[in-house]
Amino acid sequence: MNTIVDAQGSGSSGGSGSHSLPRQAERGVGREEATSYLTAGHGVKSWLFTTDHKRIAILYALTITVFFFIGGAAATLIRMELFTPAGDLVSAEGYNKLFTLHGVIMVWFFLVPAIPATLGNFLLPLMLGARDLAFPRLNLMSWWLIVIAGAFVLYVLVMGGVDTGWTFYAPYSTTYSNGYVVAAAAGIFVSGFSTIATGLNFIVTTHTMRAPGMHWFRVPLFVWSIYATALIMLLATPVLAMALLLIMIERLLGVGIFDPALGGDPVLFEHLFWFYSHPAVYIMILPGMGVVTEIVTCFARRRIFGYQFMVYALLSIAVVGFFVWGHHMFVAGQSMYAGLVFSFLSYVIAVPSAIKVFNWTATLYRGSIVLDAPMLYALGFIGLFTMGGLTGLFVASLPIDVHVHDTYFVVAHFHYVMVGGMVSAFFGGLHFWWPKITGRLYPEAWARFAALLMFFGFNMTFFPQFILGWMGMPRRYHEYPSEFQVYHVLSSAGAVVLGAAYLLPLGYFLWSLRYGQPASDNPWDAKGLEWRTASPPPKHNFPSTPRVDEEAYDYHPPRRPPGGHLDHPSDGRPAS
Amino acid sequence: MSDPQALAEQFDDLGQQRHAAELGMWIFLATEALFFGGLLLGYAVYRHLYPEAWFAAARETEILIGTANTAILLTSSLTMWLAVRAGEEGRRDAVTLALGLTATLGAFFLGLKAYEYYLDWDNSLVPGLRFAFEKADPEHAEIFYYLYFFLTGVHAVHLTVAITAVLVVLFLVRTGRLAYQQSATLTVLGLYWHLVDVVWIFLYPLIYLPGRSQ
Ligand code: HEM
Ligand SMILES: [Cu+2]
Repeated sequence: MNTIVDAQGSGSSGGSGSHSLPRQAERGVGREEATSYLTAGHGVKSWLFTTDHKRIAILYALTITVFFFIGGAAATLIRMELFTPAGDLVSAEGYNKLFTLHGVIMVWFFLVPAIPATLGNFLLPLMLGARDLAFPRLNLMSWWLIVIAGAFVLYVLVMGGVDTGWTFYAPYSTTYSNGYVVAAAAGIFVSGFSTIATGLNFIVTTHTMRAPGMHWFRVPLFVWSIYATALIMLLATPVLAMALLLIMIERLLGVGIFDPALGGDPVLFEHLFWFYSHPAVYIMILPGMGVVTEIVTCFARRRIFGYQFMVYALLSIAVVGFFVWGHHMFVAGQSMYAGLVFSFLSYVIAVPSAIKVFNWTATLYRGSIVLDAPMLYALGFIGLFTMGGLTGLFVASLPIDVHVHDTYFVVAHFHYVMVGGMVSAFFGGLHFWWPKITGRLYPEAWARFAALLMFFGFNMTFFPQFILGWMGMPRRYHEYPSEFQVYHVLSSAGAVVLGAAYLLPLGYFLWSLRYGQPASDNPWDAKGLEWRTASPPPKHNFPSTPRVDEEAYDYHPPRRPPGGHLDHPSDGRPAS
Repeated sequence: MSDPQALAEQFDDLGQQRHAAELGMWIFLATEALFFGGLLLGYAVYRHLYPEAWFAAARETEILIGTANTAILLTSSLTMWLAVRAGEEGRRDAVTLALGLTATLGAFFLGLKAYEYYLDWDNSLVPGLRFAFEKADPEHAEIFYYLYFFLTGVHAVHLTVAITAVLVVLFLVRTGRLAYQQSATLTVLGLYWHLVDVVWIFLYPLIYLPGRSQ
């Protein structure tokens, strides 16, 4: 059997078809060979100016947690307002500001950095067997940029908000809005540079710093997903940056590049915006797919089904994602023929997405499945992402979209993908790698409960919105006819459950930092280089550069799944 | 022969480090292409929508200054290339000389550009602040000038960054603090400089040449 040889010389012990994963520290706890990254360096400065990718990941995690709660507070107010048909809690304008703030923060300050900048930052060098990212100082700069960008947004929040929606459509944003459009756009502009720097770092690292023996088709799919995400970050973000810069200057100087009253073309802005923002939705889902792949293989004790197909699916989603932006503009006055082409291409992009879902399912087949918390989140992801993706096909179909555009159907669709999909994956990944990151085990029973609660709360919040949208409830209104109320009440009640499910992990994660059982190097008995070093890892990750001489996800000999049955009973050839 | 100072701790050897630095710069150039690409799309749309105003407006640009600047920037790419060559051969004085020339040419460009902006101000061609145009529909001509300032402005920002970087590297090379022969610094700097040059090669015909044949 192949092994990964590293400095500790520990062979792999997987592939035995064990039905329960050893979660206890097998090897001596408190190993003292190298100080962990957490204790190498003390004081605030050693954190704020660190160039260690693992510490930067922690900085990012804390930052986006803050933003998640601000964005969540806005969502709470939205759902409270919508509890009753009358607009009684906030004014129409206040409501506009709430959903704008919610969207801006959740998209650019939570979801875009969520997995790449936290788990990605932490794991990419570990998974590749590298000591750090290629450009550690650039990495630190990325974090500082998002902090500065966040300061702009907090300024907007304190000063009284912005009401354009996260889409900043012209000419409302350039001419008529009374909000702090320029400051908000400036914040997003700056955050864009943070994103670009991160993406550049990831791509160069993946290309140049893989450990000996880790050729391209041995790279874990999480790394591939981050790679594909980084491609999108690099090629889409600049266009958004320029579009927002044009908005800012138009607003400041009153020159009409987008305002039709001044000779400009507002649809041009929509094109530029969605040329970024559609690919950006894949920034907000591909990393989740990567996380789920790591979890599903580990908790099914199974090789991934169709590794190469998974890679090509990721890359083709990244590429085709650049050619479907027009599906946001079916009713924006774009030509009918353009509509047809964009609709067709949107169907095309569903193919690689479906391939991924099928391959995860096929991976589960004949696996020995363990339903620990990360796996519950991952399975939740698969289900909710499938719902989100399928309803994506509804809205990609021209006649249906004319009916449901700008209704709650769309709101439900993108929340199934972004919240049901990506946020579930993020939580799954947090649980999965928590022992590696912190060196502690979290309380499993609580975590399973939270995972189930999140799935339940999520569906209760957002499923009624499909019905609402289908019945014709438009989005972005703070009052509505009373026949919609029952669904809104359901949705708001679900949001309470969902909120509780988000707070629970915060509680027990913090608890585990102090009282959790110390974790062994590889508590899940998982594959991948990150499990071949200490938990938490030392400053430079590995005592010496690891060598790779096995395929990714080598959980069992090829074609011999756990349990001893052949994958293809007729195929009796010895495994190569 | 590897100079220990030149190797950052995350890399195994200088070859890997060089590769990373050069790849990083190429990728950065790709994002730059999209920065300008979005703007050029805007240019294409409005030129297509308002050809008359476009040509009339473009005829009022300072073609002499634009042409002179093109020549200056192209020459600076030559001197930049010479600096990279000299770096590979380890000729420190030649590197400093070539970098000095490059920065000077860049500064010339910026000086002329500033003068051109001053003339535009004089001719009331600054959108939003001081704009008057009689030769065609002023609103649409204003869009041309808006894009003109935006594109050349963003380009000038890039050039300023490039000049600063050249001066810093020049200083480090002169004082012997940079292992310029082993590291990729000069190559990467050169790539960036050439990008700034190439962008201008696109801007020149788009800004100064439309409508000149009529
Ligand atoms: C965690 C990640 C989340 C992300 C990335 C996210 C993203 C978004 C985005 C982009 C919009 C569109 C805003 C607009 O069109 O202006 C939106 C709207 C909305 N979100 Fe979320 N959201 C998240 C979580 C939540 C949660 C947890 C709730 C409820 C508890 C929620 C409730 C809403 C509602 C009700 C709207 C519709 C506002 C309206 O158009 O009237 N969101 N969200
Ligand atoms: Cu889209």
